[in-house]
Amino acid sequence: MADRITLTLKVNGEDRSLSVHPFARLLDVLREDLHLTGTKEGCGEGECGACTVLLNGQVVNSCLVPVVQVQGAEVITVEGLAQGENLSSLQAAFVTHNGAQCGFCTPGMLIAATDLLNRCPNPTDGEIRDGLAGNLCRCTGYSKILDAVHSAADGVAR
Amino acid sequence: MRGYLPDCDIRVPDSLAAALDLLAREPGVWTPFAGGTDLMVVYNAGRLKATRFLDLSRLSELRGIQEDETSLAFGSLTTYTEIRECRAVHQHFPNLVKSARVTGALAIQNRGTLGGNIVNASPAADTPPSLLAYGAELELVSPRGLRRVAYDRFHLGYKRMDLAADELVARIILPKPTGRSFHYFRKVGTRQAQAIAKVSLAAHARIEDGHLAALWIGLGSVAPAPVRARNAEAALIGKPLAALPIEAAREALLGDMSPIDDIRASAHYRSVVTQNVLGHMLRDLAGA
Repeated sequence: MADRITLTLKVNGEDRSLSVHPFARLLDVLREDLHLTGTKEGCGEGECGACTVLLNGQVVNSCLVPVVQVQGAEVITVEGLAQGENLSSLQAAFVTHNGAQCGFCTPGMLIAATDLLNRCPNPTDGEIRDGLAGNLCRCTGYSKILDAVHSAADGVAR
Repeated sequence: MRGYLPDCDIRVPDSLAAALDLLAREPGVWTPFAGGTDLMVVYNAGRLKATRFLDLSRLSELRGIQEDETSLAFGSLTTYTEIRECRAVHQHFPNLVKSARVTGALAIQNRGTLGGNIVNASPAADTPPSLLAYGAELELVSPRGLRRVAYDRFHLGYKRMDLAADELVARIILPKPTGRSFHYFRKVGTRQAQAIAKVSLAAHARIEDGHLAALWIGLGSVAPAPVRARNAEAALIGKPLAALPIEAAREALLGDMSPIDDIRASAHYRSVVTQNVLGHMLRDLAGA
């Protein structure tokens, strides 16, 4: 077995340091070691987007990232979107528009949509579809999710 | 469930020289990787045979897109997102932007690299047809120095490449199209994102005096590796746009492909659809 490494990174604004296998998946370190179980595992092969997190400000599939590559990095998970008890405007819009049904895709959707709105505050329908193209939902048919993102974008614009 | 953790060793060199030194000292032992978007899929499935890994992601020597008067040179660690966001790539190599945009989705595009797409050597990879259509050259580096190889001679068979055990792809060099040019890219998959190509075709032509002065066609998913459609090209070069021999080109294209049946499409489907895409491309070209 490879020697464990001391991994230092910032997760949701908090400095963390832990001993891990260098080839452990970022997904497992978040869920098993840091107990941040909001991030989900769907397919484990970069297809479904349930494990999407922000790594140094970019969306990534955390199931495809060996932690040796996140040394010193900044990670934002779904747990990092709300300010205490206050949901982000996007999270609130998901609630209002029923953007979640079973909820399994929701953490990844929220992260991908947060990234989209950071890059593109007033997205077109096409831009939202492009931004969320890597996130599969088997419940909503996507229309409620699109409504929620549009609504949050309008809120940002106001 | 926690992912599979093999008995493995991993090195993270901080300079190209250190990486090359390791590859040269123990040739064939170390598996280089960059964004991990292909490697980690096999790893997660527990199907990875390799146990010694060389993480290239910190090698700044392999990053960046450099432009000069006649070409663009992509460091092999250039990501799909960097390709999508580079103005010079949009200006000179629109097919490559389209290829990058249909590779996985954003989370893959932020991590996956052009060099990785080449050396993973999937016949279904999305950027190789565009690289073939633009006459790409690869710059390979080893402790023995640099050497250049034309990309259309790089793939030797299924997952076999003109790449020695101590070599890495350093840069991908594309000559800028000159004169009046035409660009076409089409990927056929089950959906626009996150699909593996059933077939793909990229083409680039130079038009002079209403004739096809030069033409490059790259194909994906129809042979053991990405291939040039040299027979179809030969049937078309020199012909007037007003009278392109579409049927002859479709027929010639059959000599460029050796498709197989697999989970994504049948060999017959791949042949017919690639011919149809070629026909579509030629009708676009006739109207150019």
